[in-house]
Amino acid sequence: MSAASAAPATTESRSPETWSRRREWISYGRRNPTLIAGLTIITVIVVFGLLAPFIIDQDATRTTAFSKDLPPSLDHPLGTDSFGRDMLALIVVGTPQTVKIGLIAGFMALIIGSTLGFIQGFYRGPIGTSVRGVTDVTLTIPALLILITVASQVRQVTVESMAIIIALLAWPGTTRAIGSQVLSMRERAFVPIARFNGMSGMEIIFKELMPNMLPYLGASFVAAVSTAILFAIGLEVLGLGPQTTNTLGMTIYWSQLHSAVIRGLWWWWLSPMVVIVTLFIGLFLISHGLDELANPRLRRRV
Amino acid sequence: MSLGYLLRRVGMFLLVVWVAASINFVIPRLARGDPIQAQFAQLETLGIRTSGMDQVVAAYKKRLGLDRPMVEQYFSYLWNVARFDFGPSITYFPADIGRLIVQRLPWTIGLLTASTIIAFIVGNLLGALLGWPGSSRWVKWLVPVLMPLSAIPYYLLGLILIFTFAFTFRLFPLGGAYSTGAKIELAPAFTLDILYHSILPALSIVLSVTGFWMLGMRGMMVTNMGEDYMIMAEAKGLSPMRIFLRYAMRNAMLPQVTGLALTFGGIIAGSVLVEVIFDYPGMGWILWYAIRATDYFLIQGIVFVLVVSVALAMLVLDLLYPFVDRRIVYVRR
Repeated sequence: MSAASAAPATTESRSPETWSRRREWISYGRRNPTLIAGLTIITVIVVFGLLAPFIIDQDATRTTAFSKDLPPSLDHPLGTDSFGRDMLALIVVGTPQTVKIGLIAGFMALIIGSTLGFIQGFYRGPIGTSVRGVTDVTLTIPALLILITVASQVRQVTVESMAIIIALLAWPGTTRAIGSQVLSMRERAFVPIARFNGMSGMEIIFKELMPNMLPYLGASFVAAVSTAILFAIGLEVLGLGPQTTNTLGMTIYWSQLHSAVIRGLWWWWLSPMVVIVTLFIGLFLISHGLDELANPRLRRRV
Repeated sequence: MSLGYLLRRVGMFLLVVWVAASINFVIPRLARGDPIQAQFAQLETLGIRTSGMDQVVAAYKKRLGLDRPMVEQYFSYLWNVARFDFGPSITYFPADIGRLIVQRLPWTIGLLTASTIIAFIVGNLLGALLGWPGSSRWVKWLVPVLMPLSAIPYYLLGLILIFTFAFTFRLFPLGGAYSTGAKIELAPAFTLDILYHSILPALSIVLSVTGFWMLGMRGMMVTNMGEDYMIMAEAKGLSPMRIFLRYAMRNAMLPQVTGLALTFGGIIAGSVLVEVIFDYPGMGWILWYAIRATDYFLIQGIVFVLVVSVALAMLVLDLLYPFVDRRIVYVRR
């Protein structure tokens, strides 16, 4: 996926054609450093989340495992919180949980959103109009507020149930983005040609439009993941998150509840925040880079 | 502006209000059968038991009329909501939810309107300068500074601001909307006090939203640069200032105004959380208390009022849009 990983050392074993394609990828990566930077950041976070559980002792996230409120030291590189938990261990455990919420909800939102987007963009008449109406209404209602209503009813949420609830409200952005792209694409010459060749609407969507939409679908997926994480942390900060799981947002919630900011326990809220911010910046760079890939108008001149 | 356009927009507004009200009606009934019983069972497990709880239960039983058929319940609910009558709060019994909200609303509207307008103007100006070939080099440095900020949720930015400027350097208050013990009146001293307290919360919204507008505006400016009317303006020998403001910015602004309507919901939801972080006594603050006290009816009331506010703001923007862009004549295709 990442163009930066293409190593020139293995040239002999490849045909000239693959080689030139590789070079194209590298030179594209050079023109689109935003995408490469974003991919690198997210890869580092994911690898960190996958490897860390083997290095870090998970017992360190139990309450009263250590003394309370210790500032960062050699024993505890990120200090401990008011429950006596090791902050580094909390971050290590929490990061994959937060990423998990984002991925589950983002993927579901992409499926729902792009299906409705294709319908809304491609089909005229009552079907398209009604889907568009539903999307417009849902877009107007701030999803986070409805999520607050739902989550305060459900109360005991888990990481998975929260991801599903979020996905049910995070799709309209995707629908709008995909819908407007499909709308402009269906006016291009290849769509009527496909029709003359006897293709059905579904066939045109999957065989003709879908391949052209790939960068947009990628950008929409990244945007959906980012939105889902934003919603999740928002709910968690309000105390509506999974109370027994140590996600990054829950760590911030507990630090807020124990007035960590005005008690000068900066390591408590700053550590999860640094990871969250890095995550958002990485996702933002990827979606920006994919936009550039999809929309030649934005492409940089070399 | 045609009558059809007006009617369609107002219709959309009413539709959104109706959907929001219906969601509020359906969700608690989907989650569990009897909303009151569930609510109070939950309060009891949490160990919260206000004196006179039976009185509260009785008041709600009568209000919701759960023994009546569902359709009848629904219509009486809609009728109550239409009059902004949400009944008494559980936490603040017998205080009226509608009144509690009305007391909080001005704080949120003030903070939000001011910071949204500032961010919109500053962001669009900076973005326009970024996309303008004649602007000085230092403007380019804004991109790497403001772009990451626009990726951070406002409330997290707020935490950093409190820690830096209120806790470490003690330049600003740690939270609240005015000094404790200040007399609430229409005096210059009190107004200054409010402004002083609102700087950090407003700044956390402005800093992250500005980057968003800036990036959008830059894109629009760049696309506009090659347009015929730009060449025409230059050929006429107009001053660069006039071309910049009246030709380039004027046209690049239009999609941004549409964008304002679309992002308003997100801004409101984010600023609710800013209020929680800053202990700012607006809608977010009371929502936070309602959630912690599991005062479900209060949560519903707040969410409903916020949804209506967003829809109303979008309606106003939609109705103003034809005046901003005179080329657009709304006719049914």
